[in-house]
Amino acid sequence: MSRVLILGATSAIAQEVARGFAIDGARFFLVARNETALADIAADLEVRGATEVATHTADLGDLALLDELCETARAALGGIDVALIAHGVLPDQAACEASGAAMLDVMRINTQSPAALMTRLGNIMAAQGSGSLIVISSVAGDRGRPSNYIYGASKAFLSVMGEGMALAFAPRGVNVLVVKPGFVDTPMTNAFPKGPLWASAQAVGGDIVAAVKKGKRGVIYTPFWWRFIMLVIRFAPGFVVRKI
Amino acid sequence: MNSAATKAMSWGRYPRVTQNVVRMTDRHAPLPLPAEGSVLPYGLGRSYGDSCLNGGGTLIETRALRRFISFDRQTGEIACEAGVSLADIIEVALPHGWFLPVTPGTKFVTLGGAIANDVHGKNHHRAGSIGRHVRSFELLRSDGSRLLCSPWENADQFAATIGGLGLTGLVTQATLQLKPTASAFLGGQSIKFGGLDEFFVLSAESAASHEYVVSWIDCLGRGETFGRGHFLRANVLDAEEARGLKAGRPLPLAVPITPPISLINGLSLKAFNAAYYNRQRAHIVEKVWSLDAFHYPLDAIANWNRIYGPKGFLQYQAVVPTRDQRDVSEALLAEISRSGQGSFLVVLKVFGDHLSPGLLSFPMPGTTLALDFPIKGEATFALLDRLDAIVMEAGGRIYPAKDARMSPACFMRGYPQLETFRKFVDPRMSSSFARRVMENVR
Repeated sequence: MSRVLILGATSAIAQEVARGFAIDGARFFLVARNETALADIAADLEVRGATEVATHTADLGDLALLDELCETARAALGGIDVALIAHGVLPDQAACEASGAAMLDVMRINTQSPAALMTRLGNIMAAQGSGSLIVISSVAGDRGRPSNYIYGASKAFLSVMGEGMALAFAPRGVNVLVVKPGFVDTPMTNAFPKGPLWASAQAVGGDIVAAVKKGKRGVIYTPFWWRFIMLVIRFAPGFVVRKI
Repeated sequence: MNSAATKAMSWGRYPRVTQNVVRMTDRHAPLPLPAEGSVLPYGLGRSYGDSCLNGGGTLIETRALRRFISFDRQTGEIACEAGVSLADIIEVALPHGWFLPVTPGTKFVTLGGAIANDVHGKNHHRAGSIGRHVRSFELLRSDGSRLLCSPWENADQFAATIGGLGLTGLVTQATLQLKPTASAFLGGQSIKFGGLDEFFVLSAESAASHEYVVSWIDCLGRGETFGRGHFLRANVLDAEEARGLKAGRPLPLAVPITPPISLINGLSLKAFNAAYYNRQRAHIVEKVWSLDAFHYPLDAIANWNRIYGPKGFLQYQAVVPTRDQRDVSEALLAEISRSGQGSFLVVLKVFGDHLSPGLLSFPMPGTTLALDFPIKGEATFALLDRLDAIVMEAGGRIYPAKDARMSPACFMRGYPQLETFRKFVDPRMSSSFARRVMENVR
């Protein structure tokens, strides 16, 4: 029975991942800002088979809280088998271009906070000698594009850090997994028109759960074919990337 | 909560209309109402005709309302958001020995949709329609009010909303009483019958002995083969009988694209129906089914509705009252057989006497008949009008969940409580179906 910590538990992808572990009777420690949504999610997971669900209201953008939060979760669960870092924002690119403060705000939530959590949770799991540490990055971090390079940059940091941690922590029994979803139909992307490249949060969550259960580490793309799309985009010349 | 003009479709892929789609993601949030125009809740789009469409208006998609709220594993009472599908409920409940009290022929419908159409299944003679098993639900109206509805509280809104086609408000969450099940398998018989008289004898004798009963009739049969078919009856196996049984892994079947023309035509049909009838040599065959194989054979083929090509298809389901059920069924089958237009097999079932709780519920005591028709222009519509006339004459009715073409007069005659129902319609809610058969016709 897994002990699962989810940071940003109200995100659509995080909810689907949680459901995948609930079926197996997992115990949860869920962290997010919205108390009502947390209570709803806890009830849902319990019906789906979770053995126990604890919820904790916190603003993960508050960097000073994070170390203590990890310790609280570890103590509550009695150890952490799976930690999912799922919080993040899709910023208004124009606002970030206009203001350094707005840009730094995004970096705090999307980059600094997850990176601090990765550091702390990595150490907790290394001390345990086991665990899966999953961070949700994005295909947007694979190449800077004119329309969303702030978001992309905030995720690129996590991709590189997680990739390196995966190699560094494997000998210590810890699986670090960077998840790079493509376009996912969630409340975060509500404003975008959807086309054939879009995947459901359910499909992406299912991929993540399957990867964790198989003990994968390193980087996964979800749906898997984004690996090939991004391979092409990474090597495409600038005048092509300018148009997408 | 954006709105994008999309071509959301019904399962019959006819009619094609354009509408805005907005999404409801939080059951505590207000309705995402547009500044103007009507709205209609939309689940998984499994209604066949236009009752789940709102051409020129807005659909409020409920699929994101997928949370369970509570499940009492001792009593089998389950509460969940309206966008939870019946497949989701089975996944959660079956391991604890509970199953749906009533299920339609697909599990890919939302609970909200099942309530809005007061769906029925192969156990209607025992359990009635699903509305009888709904303990309560919350109805969110366009004025922002939230009504807890049950047979005891807001009972009139409860009756209007069950089978109310999404027109009375949006169901945010509902509580359903599940039924205990001893295993995930059914056992029973497939019996060949030669005509309608045999069918009604088998139905009468099986109602007491079998929980699930349904029949398939070859709608192309003429003369000697007229009214021939297979009669299926089954009971849930107990744990001892089901020991060691394993459900086969479903093949990943799908119709990946819409063929340019319908694959269902006179030639393919005659061959299929004859083969289907003759595949079983013996008069009676003992059978064991998994739950999926018995209840949801078509769910095994994703997007099977595409097989009818770009023009789509019409499904027709009617019920005729007990009094003349044999003769009227025969008249309907004869009309279909003469036309040579029917598709695959006619589903035939005798409903039980349980009263349906909804003002616009479809089931009534009598015999129901359902089948698909590939759309072949005017001839198809004319044929269905002739069937309507037979059904109306007999005092029967047509199922709105399957309909895309019945006349307002036909709807009004079939649903005598329509005038009462109108009082409960939410002023902002409408559908292509409602405008077609309920408006400007008084």
